[in-house]
Amino acid sequence: MSPNNTPIVDTEHDLELTERIIAPDGTRQPNPQLDAHVADLDPQLLRDLHRDMVVLRRIDAEGVALQRQGQLGLWAPCNGQEAAQIGTARALAPQDFVFPSYRETGVMHVRGAEPGDYVRMWRGEDGAAYDPERLRMAPLQIIIGAQTLHAVGYAMGIAHDRADEVAVTYFGDGATSQGDVNEAMVFASSFRAPVVFICQNNHWAISEPVGLQSQYPLAGRAPGFGIPSMRVDGNDVVACLAAMRWALEHARSGKGPAYLELVTYRMGPHTTADDPKRYREDAELEQWRRRDPITRLEAYLRAGGEFTEEHQDAVQAEADRVAREMRAACLGMVTRPPLAVFDGVYAEPHTGLERERAEYAAYLATFEEA
Amino acid sequence: MVQMTLGKALNAGLRQAMVDDDKVVLLGEDIGTLGGVFRITDGLKSEFGAQRVIDTPLAESGIVGTAVGLAFRGYRPVIEIQFDGFIYPAFDQIVSQVAKLHYRTQGRVKMPITIRVPWAGGIGAAEHHSESPEAYFVHTAGLRVIAVSNPEDAYRCLRQAIASDDPVIFFEPKRLYHHKGEVDLDAPLADAAPMGLARVVRQGADATIITYGAMVGTAMDAAEAAADEGLSLEVIDLRSISPVDYDTVTAAVRRTGRVVVAHEASREAGVAAEVIASITEHCFEYLEAAPVRVTGHDIPYPPAKLEKHHLPDLDRILDAVDRVMDSPNSLSGANDATGAQR
Repeated sequence: MSPNNTPIVDTEHDLELTERIIAPDGTRQPNPQLDAHVADLDPQLLRDLHRDMVVLRRIDAEGVALQRQGQLGLWAPCNGQEAAQIGTARALAPQDFVFPSYRETGVMHVRGAEPGDYVRMWRGEDGAAYDPERLRMAPLQIIIGAQTLHAVGYAMGIAHDRADEVAVTYFGDGATSQGDVNEAMVFASSFRAPVVFICQNNHWAISEPVGLQSQYPLAGRAPGFGIPSMRVDGNDVVACLAAMRWALEHARSGKGPAYLELVTYRMGPHTTADDPKRYREDAELEQWRRRDPITRLEAYLRAGGEFTEEHQDAVQAEADRVAREMRAACLGMVTRPPLAVFDGVYAEPHTGLERERAEYAAYLATFEEA
Repeated sequence: MVQMTLGKALNAGLRQAMVDDDKVVLLGEDIGTLGGVFRITDGLKSEFGAQRVIDTPLAESGIVGTAVGLAFRGYRPVIEIQFDGFIYPAFDQIVSQVAKLHYRTQGRVKMPITIRVPWAGGIGAAEHHSESPEAYFVHTAGLRVIAVSNPEDAYRCLRQAIASDDPVIFFEPKRLYHHKGEVDLDAPLADAAPMGLARVVRQGADATIITYGAMVGTAMDAAEAAADEGLSLEVIDLRSISPVDYDTVTAAVRRTGRVVVAHEASREAGVAAEVIASITEHCFEYLEAAPVRVTGHDIPYPPAKLEKHHLPDLDRILDAVDRVMDSPNSLSGANDATGAQR
């Protein structure tokens, strides 16, 4: 028996069935659902979104380069998903708390990651990339979909505390098949938890097409859990911002969870260890290259005469600076001393581990004496 | 001191922990209105409200995963897994998240989660209701594992587990829920013995039986029976099976030189194997005989009518004692063909 893995919405027409504000050719389209959420849209806001996306793409390219040069063990590129990540993350309030997957480099960037934060985990220096409290963001999650439950639990706590916060979780199309993601939606709905589910449908879970995960648009599943949802053009940064503002407002106002499916495309490999040529066609990639989120916003800005040379130069300079700082931070990292391998397993003294630590210290000491 | 059952002692422990710290919240299936299928949370919902005693959907991974999120927010969740055999759907969240987040974040994120598990067999239950899965959790770094054997320890250790900043898997022997014992409800937690300490339940000179949970009672019965035959057996209740209190264990081994380790869980790579390996490493020269394990067989938990052949009982423990004492026993080949196959 072979599964039917023909996507219910074919790739070619995928984006035409989503909520969008700026079309792939850079023209603005009226959107009765979303326009009110971006009434404040002005050239400066658009240029800021553009800057974030360009800088993110540069960070991503630097990550790939550092991996190729042997400085990182692995890198999970988000090339192509800039609009989905920047648009949604820019809608967050500072107090909101994010539960990401491992590919959310753009969300990290918006939340104020420091240059070393992008590489610390992938280099293997540390289990977590950054200080979760400083970024208001849980550690990057590698177990597929596990973080969605954490977000819901956190949101149950928000509701208990009557706090003006929302928990937000990012996951991919592959994760939607996980039990944890479905359980998260059950709990979120039953407890009316202030949580926003963000599914970046980038069409591929390593080599498996989204049609293998679902024969129905992913956003369409949420209403079955009692969660309102929206299927959004994930390469339209303005639509992502607007939809996220809708979702956050919904959750923040006590109405319970909301769900966004951002239809986008993973332009690169799953990770630097992957070879997508083995499972997907160049033609598909080419098709999505024409829907690039950055060139789309550029075209819109250009048409309005707002894409200045000054902006372009400033953005390029910032992108290069961030990449430079990221590389310097990466190359300058000092690996913790050997016995640090025992640090932080427990919060309180643990007799068994203390014994092991002492034994290993004694073993290491034999080399010092020699 | 008051007389109460182990179940009531757990209920009192939960209640006290909720009074002591308003960040303590309970999550589980049927724990609210019903008070839990074993009534361990009886009355807590009406006292503390549905916000703190949370009836959850029937999804164990969901319960543990949402508890992780609550812990991120500074809560101290206490989970009831309805039956031992229902913990497996939550295994990934326990092993990959609960156990690792403190290490992953170098202590920035604490996971003060207590996972209570009505545990083990001997109650004639249906399949998946009598399991002893403790070795999986003992093997997992980042967790602490407690197994109680009496009301006093249940009351104290549960409060200590909840107050601990580390995640604790807390095993409650179902068949002792109705056993009574003395409990000092007013003893300050600060003055109590640490949660991880083992206890010498009975002093003895000839051999040491090391066990935990409901098997402590069985071992005590065995020691009593052996005393009638002039044999002096020591019984140690580990109470904490991760970490194991090896100071207490090795001191006993040095006294008696003969060791039996007993548990209901199956044998292969079990707690007894670990304890005996450690004893052998650390006090081999004190051993007078090879230590012996008395455990459940390496089989899935059998149907209720056969469970008495799976659970170690008094006679199987005494047979193991005979082996470490070098007395005639089932494997000694003194009077049948069994020995010839050795």
